[in-house]
Amino acid sequence: MDFFKRNILAALIAVLGLIAVAYVGVKGNLQLLFGVVIPYMALLIFFEGIIYRVIKWARSPVPFRIPTTAGQQESLPWLKRTLADKLDNPSTFPFTLGRMALEVLAFRSLFRNTRSELIEAPQRPEGAKLVHWSYKWLWLGAIAFHYAFLVIVIRHLRFFTEPVPHFISLLGEVDGFVQFFIPTVYVSGVVLVLAGLYLLGRRITNPNLRYISLASDYFPLFLIIGIGTTGILMRYVYRVDIQAVKQLALGLVTLHPVVPAGIGAIFYVHLFLVCVLLAYFPFSKLLHAPGLFMSPTRNMTSNNRKVLHVNPWNYPVKFHTYMELEDRYREAMYEAGLPLEIEPETMETEGEEE
Amino acid sequence: MADYKNEFGWFAEKPKVEKKIYDRNKVAIGIVVFLVIFTIAFWKNLGKAVPPPKPALETAAIIKLPEKERTCVEDVEFMRQRHMRLLVDWREQVIRDGERYWTNSKGEKYLASLSNTCMECHTNKTQFCDQCHNYVAVVPNCWGCHLTKEEQVAKAEAK
Ligand code: HEC
Ligand code: HEC
Ligand code: HEC
Ligand code: HEM
Repeated sequence: MDFFKRNILAALIAVLGLIAVAYVGVKGNLQLLFGVVIPYMALLIFFEGIIYRVIKWARSPVPFRIPTTAGQQESLPWLKRTLADKLDNPSTFPFTLGRMALEVLAFRSLFRNTRSELIEAPQRPEGAKLVHWSYKWLWLGAIAFHYAFLVIVIRHLRFFTEPVPHFISLLGEVDGFVQFFIPTVYVSGVVLVLAGLYLLGRRITNPNLRYISLASDYFPLFLIIGIGTTGILMRYVYRVDIQAVKQLALGLVTLHPVVPAGIGAIFYVHLFLVCVLLAYFPFSKLLHAPGLFMSPTRNMTSNNRKVLHVNPWNYPVKFHTYMELEDRYREAMYEAGLPLEIEPETMETEGEEE
Repeated sequence: MADYKNEFGWFAEKPKVEKKIYDRNKVAIGIVVFLVIFTIAFWKNLGKAVPPPKPALETAAIIKLPEKERTCVEDVEFMRQRHMRLLVDWREQVIRDGERYWTNSKGEKYLASLSNTCMECHTNKTQFCDQCHNYVAVVPNCWGCHLTKEEQVAKAEAK
């Protein structure tokens, strides 16, 4: 088996193993462990890990602005700047906020994604030509994936709040507007799994991508697809007692944990995979979420040509005058035949010896 | 001030970059916002104890039943988890196959009807069905077309 298949398999086996662990554990009556202890531990790791990371990032000095952007920077007054330039290369705080918002909410830089491919071109002597083209499918897959995830997480808050705030029920109604099947099919759940499968398929089928994909790229995808699949199975096929689930969930957030009897094993599998995701988050590529907010190329105004930035960490440098240098290297300079301000005294003694 | 020697033998003060948290305030605000948003479920429930809903079973129709027969169309566990699936199975059976009677796992026969079977025993929709549904925030849209017992009575009286 080649290296690339091994990466895929390792991640897949890890997720299947986690599912088996939860299933066996619950069959062995470890509901308290999987329903209360592990969720609390996962939450602690999640929050502590993220705060630790963010503080670690905040300790790196970023003295200068990094305008690696596609727009004209603010410069001389007669250089025209369109709205796009101002958003891509903002020179004021509101536009920086706009750039950040576009990045976070619309994945603007991913939207610019291009693809380079060798395509057959018989009329050319090489028989092929390299084309670069704008490739929006990745953007579409990614944005569908992320928004579906967000909607699902917000909808899940109905298990964690009592009374359920109105906007959560409203979101549930909007999400279930197809009114197809009972229990009503939520579009976001289906979109999450389909988009996840697309993102996975992209890595597996494209040789260039497979070459740069590691187990740590496949693992989160398998994990989230696993969470979505167990959720969908739980909702539409192997029903569990949702009222008991809500009791458990409310027990967790009111800090009076209870483990109601009679919740099916599939719920604990679902919950365990979510806990693994939470605990894995601060150690993985998933940190791109908080990382985006800490990106100097996104969160700093690019006003390099407008404002003088002095490195506040410049340390005092001892300057050396020319005479100090000459004093120091006079002999060597003389031997190399360089012109000198003061001839070395040794000359005279050498002359005398001759 | 100790002199610092680099590879050229020139001296400068050794660069001292403090290990501090840059943009401390902004980062702190960011972390607080993150924490508050992600733990909102905890804040909203702080110190609350939420009792599970108690769907009221004591309707006249159910109390009338002899003690031993006071069961649902299937056992309670099954009803709690799958009553919505059961209702849909009933609907398909009635509408697609024209078969109006349904036999449960114990071999008892029931008329497969939402209004005329379920709501005949569970006449108290607001104290029964709605209790649970409000708790888990589901709004079954059946009642736009199907009548509850209360509505049936009101309609009959109006005639
Ligand atoms: C023990 C609490 C409980 C009682 C009592 C109850 N339900 Fe439900 N009902 C639920 C739960 C829980 C769900 C599913 C919630 C979910 O899947 O998110 C549900 C879902 C449904 C759905 C599917 C809604 C949808 O759009 O997905 C229907 C239909 C339904 N119930 C009908 C009834 C009727 C009719 C009654 C009264 C005879 C009733 N239920 C009584 C708990 C209850
Ligand atoms: C013969 C009268 C009768 C009919 C018809 C009936 N039920 Fe019930 N139902 C009961 C009784 C009695 C119980 C309580 C059973 C127990 O506690 O053992 C019950 C319990 C339930 C529960 C569980 C409540 C809880 O406390 O968790 C649900 C949900 C439910 N019924 C829904 C329905 C639905 C939906 C229908 C129609 C498909 C239906 N019932 C038809 C008598 C009936
Ligand atoms: C658009 C109106 C409409 C809505 C909404 C609706 N139904 Fe019906 N339903 C009907 C009609 C019409 C029939 C056929 C009645 C008949 O032939 O006796 C029917 C029949 C049924 C039957 C079998 C016959 C009977 O007497 O009950 C069941 C069970 C049923 N529906 C369940 C549901 C459930 C559960 C919901 C909510 C999730 C629902 N329906 C929502 C219109 C509707
Ligand atoms: C990363 C977080 C999570 C994701 C992505 C996720 C995903 C899903 C999906 C896709 C479904 C299918 C139905 C739907 O579309 O809503 C689902 C259902 C479900 N999930 Fe989750 N889930 C998450 C966290 C949780 C947690 C923490 C719980 C614990 C309470 C939970 C409990 C449930 C239950 C009980 C259902 C069945 C819902 C129903 O029958 O109505 N999930 N989940």
